[in-house]
Amino acid sequence: MSATQAPAFDCRVAFAETLIDLARGDPRIVAVCNDSVGSSNLTAFQKEFPDRLINVGIAEQNMVGVAAGLANGGFVPFVCAAGPFLTGRALEQIKADVAYNGYHVVLCGISPGMAYGELGPTHHSIEDLSWLRAIADLAIVVPADPAQTRAAVRWAVASGIPSYLRVGRFKVPAVADEADPFVFSRADQLRAGADITIVATGTMVTRALDAAEDLAVRGVAARVLNVSTIKPLDEQAIVAAARETRGIVTIEEAMIEGGLGAAVAEVVVRRAPTRMRMLGVTGFAPTGDTEFLFDHFGLNRAGIVAAALEILDSP
Amino acid sequence: MIGKARLGHVGGDLSVTDILTTLFFGVLRLDPTDPTFADRDRFILSKGHCSAALYSTLALRGFFPPDWLATFMQPLSRLNGHPNRRKVPGVEANTGPLGHGLPIGVGSAIASRLSRRNWRTFVVLGDGELQEGSNWEAAMSAGHRGLDDLCAVVDRNRLQQGARTEDTNRLEPLADKWRAFGWDVVELDGHDHDALFRAFTAARSGRPLCVIANTIKGKGVSFIEDRVEWHHKVPSSEQMELALKELA
Repeated sequence: MSATQAPAFDCRVAFAETLIDLARGDPRIVAVCNDSVGSSNLTAFQKEFPDRLINVGIAEQNMVGVAAGLANGGFVPFVCAAGPFLTGRALEQIKADVAYNGYHVVLCGISPGMAYGELGPTHHSIEDLSWLRAIADLAIVVPADPAQTRAAVRWAVASGIPSYLRVGRFKVPAVADEADPFVFSRADQLRAGADITIVATGTMVTRALDAAEDLAVRGVAARVLNVSTIKPLDEQAIVAAARETRGIVTIEEAMIEGGLGAAVAEVVVRRAPTRMRMLGVTGFAPTGDTEFLFDHFGLNRAGIVAAALEILDSP
Repeated sequence: MIGKARLGHVGGDLSVTDILTTLFFGVLRLDPTDPTFADRDRFILSKGHCSAALYSTLALRGFFPPDWLATFMQPLSRLNGHPNRRKVPGVEANTGPLGHGLPIGVGSAIASRLSRRNWRTFVVLGDGELQEGSNWEAAMSAGHRGLDDLCAVVDRNRLQQGARTEDTNRLEPLADKWRAFGWDVVELDGHDHDALFRAFTAARSGRPLCVIANTIKGKGVSFIEDRVEWHHKVPSSEQMELALKELA
């Protein structure tokens, strides 16, 4: 069975369950949202902790500032809002109030990427990785499945640092090692291979695994890396991939300018130059559901296979 | 400080000084020897460009040695042009971009209530700064929640960087705006320490408090007072001497 046919999960469920579980034992945990209780899957949290769910209404700048103030007061706020509005509307608050202050706020971009497919580019969170990578002292984590999501939420509470967490709505199968799903700033090798490396994040990891199967049929051994921490990047894993295989294909549900592919390229040009192809979103999307849009931008197994062969076939 | 750095915002520093003095020497529950103790009152200078006034106040209140002041905006100084809590004891929030202090203050006031520690939160805002929409998002939140541990102080000097506030983007009727958002409003002379003290220590009402402090930008220096060009103009050495004489 290929990964894309396996049972698939909405990571918001794992996110909310873990948050409630942690909140039961840690009175510092609060949730802050922008009229997004339902879409952030916080209904059960609100029921159990009505005082600790702070809904500021449709006001994202205030939402992030309020979270910084709560952190000042000793709380650990999880700011839960649709990715595009959290990161776009409140970008200066993320930079100044959270990152520059060094406040332990967990910014949760809910339904990121093109999860809101047909709603169009205003509702796509495809610039978040590029925007936030440029902000100092802010960690960026993109879990690829429920196990990674649960572990990342636990990490975020324990970390003591500002972070951005992408919490996916688009259903994904389990891809991580259940026993050891996530370590901050560690890239996980999900498949060994010495010919080419596919570096993927989030929803694209399962597609990378599918593509590796297709490449194997053609006699190409593809290594697959799941990069769940975009920043700080696991440079060692990237350098090893650049040295031990003949090239790198990156794939992400985000604009290629400044996201995962760019982060990998920054390491490669400094430390181990090699051939690369970057797959990602390349413009404002046309109308269509998420799966349609993935195909539109070539974010599928065929797109990955073609990119890998292009590297291997080039002189 | 400003004379040495050849940088700063002297007009706004002088308009806000009496407010800061009243708060730090008469109102705020603080401990300079333990600047982050959990129950402290929170003070946030949303108009972060008036850092020279804040630094002077913090130094005199004992948060750091007064000789730090001579390093204001010098290379690698802790005293940046806008305050940094990670470097300066007594600073609660790194401000600079306008419209950021009040939302943080709302979060602090919610934290005070949730933790049942009941500290108070004071946010000093510039008047021109009220043109930023984020303030009104925060004002709506505070009014909705009845955060009466929160006090916003508007340094109403009627000038912003380029012109008078009322010629740029009208704020009046300002008190009515705050009342409409669910706040109590007190208007007073922002250079009258007794009036400020009474307003800051009056009994709480179940609503957040906005103190509109009518001030004079450049207060105390005849040639700077109420003149728009002194937003961030730096005095010459002769002007500095004259200003210090007038302020003495």
